[in-house]
Amino acid sequence: MSIRTTRTLRAVAATGVVALGLAACSGGGDSGSDSGSGGSADDVAAALEEGGSLTVWAWEPTLEQVVADFEAEHPDVDVELVNAGTGNDQYTALQNAIAAGRGVPDVAQVEYYALPQFALSESVADLSAFGADELDGTFTPGPWSSVQQGEGVYGLPMDSGPMALFYNEEVFAQHGVEVPTTWDGFVEAARALHAADPNVYITNDTGDAGFTTSLIWQAGGQPFQVDGTDVTVDLGDEGSTQFAETWQTLIDEDLLAPVSSWSDEWYQGLGNGTIATLAIGAWMPANLESGVPDGAGTWRVAPLPQWEEGASASAENGGSALSVPAASENQALAYAFLEYANAGDGVQTRVDGGAFPATTAELESDEFQSYESEYFGGQQINEVLAESAANVVEGWEYLPFQVYANSIFNDTVGQAYVSGTPLTQGLQDWQDASVAYGQEQGFTVNE
Amino acid sequence: MTTTSPPVVVSDVPPVDSSRPTRRRRRSWIGWGFVGPFMAVFALVFLAPIAYSIYLSLFRTQMVGGTQFVGFDNYARAFSDPQFWSGVTRVGLFLLVQVPIMLGIALLIALAIDSGRLYGKNFFRISIFLPYAVPAVVATLMWGFMYGTRFGLVGNINDALGTSIPNPLSPDWVLLAIGNIVTWEFVGYNMLIFYSALRVIPTSLYEAAELDGASQWQVVRAIKIPAIRGSLVIATIFSIIGSFQLFNEPSILQSLAPNAITTYFTPNLYAYSLSFSGQQYNYSATVAIIMGVLTMIVAYVVQLRGMRKEA
Repeated sequence: MSIRTTRTLRAVAATGVVALGLAACSGGGDSGSDSGSGGSADDVAAALEEGGSLTVWAWEPTLEQVVADFEAEHPDVDVELVNAGTGNDQYTALQNAIAAGRGVPDVAQVEYYALPQFALSESVADLSAFGADELDGTFTPGPWSSVQQGEGVYGLPMDSGPMALFYNEEVFAQHGVEVPTTWDGFVEAARALHAADPNVYITNDTGDAGFTTSLIWQAGGQPFQVDGTDVTVDLGDEGSTQFAETWQTLIDEDLLAPVSSWSDEWYQGLGNGTIATLAIGAWMPANLESGVPDGAGTWRVAPLPQWEEGASASAENGGSALSVPAASENQALAYAFLEYANAGDGVQTRVDGGAFPATTAELESDEFQSYESEYFGGQQINEVLAESAANVVEGWEYLPFQVYANSIFNDTVGQAYVSGTPLTQGLQDWQDASVAYGQEQGFTVNE
Repeated sequence: MTTTSPPVVVSDVPPVDSSRPTRRRRRSWIGWGFVGPFMAVFALVFLAPIAYSIYLSLFRTQMVGGTQFVGFDNYARAFSDPQFWSGVTRVGLFLLVQVPIMLGIALLIALAIDSGRLYGKNFFRISIFLPYAVPAVVATLMWGFMYGTRFGLVGNINDALGTSIPNPLSPDWVLLAIGNIVTWEFVGYNMLIFYSALRVIPTSLYEAAELDGASQWQVVRAIKIPAIRGSLVIATIFSIIGSFQLFNEPSILQSLAPNAITTYFTPNLYAYSLSFSGQQYNYSATVAIIMGVLTMIVAYVVQLRGMRKEA
């Protein structure tokens, strides 16, 4: 995944800007489009045979080469790749196009956490009929479950962000502290590092919805349960509580650097060793290389610390899929492109371009795993990252209004970082605000 | 929303000639011909958006259930919405504290430059005005870096002098930090308004005062301040509107201090979050309209008071 993509992920998490309100207006009428949802795998082959033109809305830079290759292979197909904005901007444009019923692209990039909103309103097509349901096993479990809603498959995973612990080896060695393998050990290491040098913090955190939900995910929590329009929010479940207890210790003892991710201070801290670790998605290496040149040679990757000693659970942090808007009139052909880009030859093209794939074949390939990263002192980082991808805890769901929920995270949970509010209370406030919003939007929440 | 309504030029329509009915008819069309282009543009860019906002504010759109007409429900909700009122209170406080300080400094500088006793007054005038030429976004980013307690200017001062300046971006201080940025940005602008008003005072008044043996302080109190009262009122109204519309600075600092600046920190920020992250366009329009009316009321009251004093 590119720098731009991941920055955007962060930006989306922070500002959470997306327009979906108009989605409801568009219901009904669109489903009757020509080559509509009743397609089959045969239709896909026929569509490729026949050719045509496709409009793809995506900001993932590695797709450019994929589009060129696809067109070379199928000369009758003309693909127009449009950057209609990154993340939220693109979702707003997409929703407007869907509501207007005009200018809707045939393929759109949608991040995993935003996909449920589009799937719920049937703004994106269920791809099962085209053969997407047979791709089980092609993708790693985290992304694959992210594109499924109920019985349907609403996109094909493009990239993924299985989490790992990126750490500054020099800092740990200098202070004689072991790299933690459990979160309890993480707290211990945080104390040891901060005691050895008061300028050093084990990590930075000012309250980040994506990070918090990912750690709850890893802890086995399932705070969000969605069944159609019936939604359950329980941020007091076991996984959430486990996270809250550990993190409360770190907050209480001032062991977290009060620096927001992607800020100027953050990059400086990563470079000068005052921020010693990052638990973050597998798309991070490219960002470290470009954003923290000072850190070259000092950073390493380790598996994510565990909630239980000896376990190997992981979670996803970021990533996006390609979906086919329900209003597209070229669904079969669009699916052909999706399959090529995300499950076919396009995957290797994107990996070569620096993306972190979501497909098991590429993740398990020797070439990918044995890649030695110069920045990481020659470590074969993909081995660690691929293993994490395989160990993502199953059963996680995002809210059908996660974009909004994430946008108010700092109003609620964030208060625990700057005032005496306990984290459990902050999570409770977040839950209350999310429930209220869900009910306002017509969902049946916690009933 | 808070655009002060521009003067409607209806009165410019030429008086109707009562001589002959046939001519009258043609004349009235000519009048419309002149006013028409303006009226069309006025209706399109001023009235239509306001009308559309009011229209929007009467509906509610849900992700599940679609759009329905709800009358004044959104207004009722806004009046009992603690998040909205906490934002209003915050900008009210900001207005009461920051505006007098900013205008006071601007007035002092304008008087100092106007006194003619300042060496290099052109340099001062341009350098104090310069921050206004810096886009608010850039200014806020710049101050945001300086406010950093770890690697920013505040951090450097703390390290160098052993002081412990509190984090300007903590919840208790962030409003002050924003006030500082806004003051820095707009002192020069207000100074220029005051200064230009001071320049048009006839110098004969000063000569007369000098002949009467008035001190500089008396000249300031008895001649200069009364003479620029109109400018003071205008600057105050601009500042009130600016305060109620506070958005750029908190919006940009939010990424540096996400927990100190909530999504409902100012009413404008609240309307923005409602609309873009919450898809509550209808409620967002409601908030915007209420804020617009509120701003107009406050600005009008200040104008009335200002004018009365002037009379």
